[in-house]
Amino acid sequence: MSSKLRDLIKTVRSCKTAAEERSQIAKESALIRTAMKEEDLESRQRNVAKLLYIHMLGYPTQFGQMECLKLIVSPSYADKRIGYLGLMLLLDEKQEVLLLATNCIRGDIMNSNQFIVGVSLCAFGNICSTAMARDISPEIEKVISHSNPYIRKKAALCAIRVLRKVPDLTENYIPKIKALLSERNHAVILTALTLIIEICEMDSTQIIHFKKMVPQLVRILKSLTSSGYLPEHDIGGVTDPFLQVKILRLLRILGQNDPEASDAMNDILAQVSTNTDSTKNVGNAILYECVQTIMTIESENGLKVMAINILGRFLLNRDNNIRYVALNTLSRVVNTDIQAVQRHRNTIVECLKDPDVSIRCRALDLIYSLVTESNIRVLVRELLNFLLIADAQFKSELVAKLCIVTEKYAPNKRWQIDTILRVMSIAGNFIPDEVPSNLIQLISSTPELSSYAVQKLYLALKQDITQQPLTQVGLWCIGEYGDLLVADKSQLPKDEDGLSLNVSEQAVIDIIDLIFRHATTTQATRQYSLTSLAKLSSRFSQSSLQRIKTMIDNYKQNINLELQQRACEYSTLFDFDKKASILDRMPPIEKQEESPHIGNKNIPTQTPPQQHYQQQQQQPQQQSSQFGSILDGLDSPTQSSANSGNNNNNNNKQGGNAMSLLEDIFGSAPTPTSNGNMNNNNNMNNMNNNMNNNYAMGGMGMNNNNNNSMGGMMNNNNNNNNNNNNNNNNNKSQASALLDIMGDLQLTPTPQQPQSQSQQALSPTNQTSVLQPVPQPLTFLVYQKHGLNISYECSKPQPNNLSLTNINMVITNTGSSPITNFSLQAAVPKYLKIQLLAPSSTVIPPNNSGEVTQVSKVLNSQQGQKPILLRLKLDFQINGQPFSDVPDTPLPSLF
Amino acid sequence: MTFHFLLLLSRQGKTRLTKWYSPFTNKEKSRFTREIGNMVLNRPPKLCNFLEWKEYKIIFKRYASLYFVVCCDREDNELIVLEIIHHFVEILDRYFGNVCELDLIFNFHKAYYILDELIMAGELQETSKKTVLRLISQQDTLLEGGPGEHKVDL
Repeated sequence: MSSKLRDLIKTVRSCKTAAEERSQIAKESALIRTAMKEEDLESRQRNVAKLLYIHMLGYPTQFGQMECLKLIVSPSYADKRIGYLGLMLLLDEKQEVLLLATNCIRGDIMNSNQFIVGVSLCAFGNICSTAMARDISPEIEKVISHSNPYIRKKAALCAIRVLRKVPDLTENYIPKIKALLSERNHAVILTALTLIIEICEMDSTQIIHFKKMVPQLVRILKSLTSSGYLPEHDIGGVTDPFLQVKILRLLRILGQNDPEASDAMNDILAQVSTNTDSTKNVGNAILYECVQTIMTIESENGLKVMAINILGRFLLNRDNNIRYVALNTLSRVVNTDIQAVQRHRNTIVECLKDPDVSIRCRALDLIYSLVTESNIRVLVRELLNFLLIADAQFKSELVAKLCIVTEKYAPNKRWQIDTILRVMSIAGNFIPDEVPSNLIQLISSTPELSSYAVQKLYLALKQDITQQPLTQVGLWCIGEYGDLLVADKSQLPKDEDGLSLNVSEQAVIDIIDLIFRHATTTQATRQYSLTSLAKLSSRFSQSSLQRIKTMIDNYKQNINLELQQRACEYSTLFDFDKKASILDRMPPIEKQEESPHIGNKNIPTQTPPQQHYQQQQQQPQQQSSQFGSILDGLDSPTQSSANSGNNNNNNNKQGGNAMSLLEDIFGSAPTPTSNGNMNNNNNMNNMNNNMNNNYAMGGMGMNNNNNNSMGGMMNNNNNNNNNNNNNNNNNKSQASALLDIMGDLQLTPTPQQPQSQSQQALSPTNQTSVLQPVPQPLTFLVYQKHGLNISYECSKPQPNNLSLTNINMVITNTGSSPITNFSLQAAVPKYLKIQLLAPSSTVIPPNNSGEVTQVSKVLNSQQGQKPILLRLKLDFQINGQPFSDVPDTPLPSLF
Repeated sequence: MTFHFLLLLSRQGKTRLTKWYSPFTNKEKSRFTREIGNMVLNRPPKLCNFLEWKEYKIIFKRYASLYFVVCCDREDNELIVLEIIHHFVEILDRYFGNVCELDLIFNFHKAYYILDELIMAGELQETSKKTVLRLISQQDTLLEGGPGEHKVDL
């Protein structure tokens, strides 16, 4: 006879090392195997028990599976009991050996000894496979109506297992369930309810079979809540909470979307929620279930408010578990009755201070869904306070949520700027990538706040330059609005908390210098710093210029190629007499149509700011189709300088949103320019068009373009012919166009810029010929008066995007005197967006001896439904006599 | 309230009882036990007793040196699961008479028998402590001297 189980456990426990334990187990396993071979009946029970122990320690025990089967076929209950236990622990439904047990289990289920039936049902319920479920289901269907409740309750749970494996058998069980509910035995009712819930959850069409049970369920629940002390079922002073919870759960399923059934439950639910003792966990378990039922079914509003108040009370409970379930449930029901949840806002905010992180997370989620326009100030203040103390893993989530709600519900822009700045200064390194760019966009589109913002940012930088995103935004703003920062503000009226710092130029440069030298500064931030300095060079006085130059020069040999290139470019720019306008302020960046959602990485503005100029340039490009590229921003001022001496509005026309700027533009027309400038203008347009077309093509290869163009800026002697040669390649043509313009500006202008070239560059056919044939442009006359003829050449540049139309306006003069001071502006209905470039010239030579072109692009948001309609505003002079006209020019419906 | 599994872990991380109601491979079983053991044992005592884990929820409670861990569905009532754990502990306590970890180490099979009278197919089957204890003691007596019984002192 082998040693006892007890001795094995003692031996194993006394092992000092894992190796010793392994050798003991190996020894014992070998002994058990020998005993098995010898068919030692006496020790079989003991061996299986030992195997279970060995199994629990994690050692292999497959060799004992057959022993379990041998035990369960024995007629002895003692053998069966340990045999079935072994079967359940050593085998599972995936093992084929289990099939060998099928017949034995079937026989045992029909045994006359209730305990033999019990153990076999238990094993069946815990590990049966699909095949077994199908085989033995008839026996289960029989014993589910057994006279013994001990067997009935086990059979009901076995039925659950059968239906989980073979849902088709549901029909067989439904008629048998009803009888189970009319029992007095709680265990049988409980298991029957579990079975019903399982059936309903598996297949909601079955719910209908159980609707009639509602009154019966209500009755059972009522008797449980009103019964006195029942020692058999009392748990902490509550009668059978397990059964109560089960009934409430089934009521929830039956009452959902069923006003009639819900109506029958209202009373009992109110009774449960008022009468249940909430001092102990067990009572709260029932209340919790009850609240969920009330919130799910079509219950009365009063009851719903009561349910949310129960959760509010839960929030004040000292038990973390109760607060946890309350927050969880509140966030599930917050959409059903937000007002009722709002009442508990303060308690929820308190939960942010909980030491338990899972409670804090849930509270944050909930607060996030509670924020509205009316309470944002209060809630954001709380969240900011909390951000100060939050631990790192929690910060990023919190910051993301803060930024979303701030963007969504900000009462005004100033508040929004303040809040985001505060978030960035507290937890700048945790903010999502898109937040800085959104903030820059916000500041740039709110000119009235730019002075305020730059001062705030300056102050923030003085305190802390280690938060990279904050530093980058700060540098961007200082670069853009440096003049506002150092301006003398003593004369300006202060609003109540307005800032009026008096900052010296030296102090600003000092801070940039500090950023350069700080150890935590990243390369990207250094790039921002360089660009910021370059911008400041045109905003600060001559005295600061030398210092800026020296600082930039330091980077000419930097090991980082990006910094080096930038430093070289900028220092060359200083010798370039047009730099002031190149470094002019960026036009306001417009918000994208579809407001950028944090987390949605598809939106291009959210690309992390890798390179300063790239970001500066991408933003306008991608946020508004009104901007071609950085070069638009660059070239519009250039153009204005080309037209030097004119207070012209061409800049605006190019950079601004044509729609919103129309009114400003109307009324002032550019004055004629000299011939040389005209050529430049032509060239400029050419470049613009190239660029814009390129953008219209989908803005691909932005980085490339930018790099090319920046490279181009440095290159002074380039051949104009490049333009023609490379016209079929967008990138190249854009780059070379730039090269051209730089060449023109710096060297002698080419005497004759062929008109056709600019046309060619404009032509969509040319742009897309590589990809797909494009419909021939349609040309037609739209205006004819005073000798002025305007005709449109319309084309669709993108065959797969018909909503975009290029309109090339060709203006000629059939009169005998030249038309001067020509200006053409256009307005469109709301569903259209128009981008209008400057005319190639403001002078139209007489007698049809030359033509002026002006390019526009129209984006039709209702393509195919509404036609394109342009209202023009024409101003011009003939022989010094001013003319003005406002004609409507519709396009043919196919456009 | 479907239990996917139930574990009893000692404070040292040793497994005292495992019961799997959903099919997992042996590899998964040992990985889950380790993973959950780490989560539960290292959790500071004052935090709540619920953990979200994979698509499930882990609900655990510590009694002296033993952690009772249950894995159930996300939508289950966490509070009543805690009650079920407590129900099980009380029955063990009455059966062994002031139960301690050693009782469960040397009589793990009896703990399994009790559990099997309490929970089946991952669902609660008996709500009365007395009934469970009565049934267990009836079965224990049956071993002693039924006709044709084959009792072995384990």
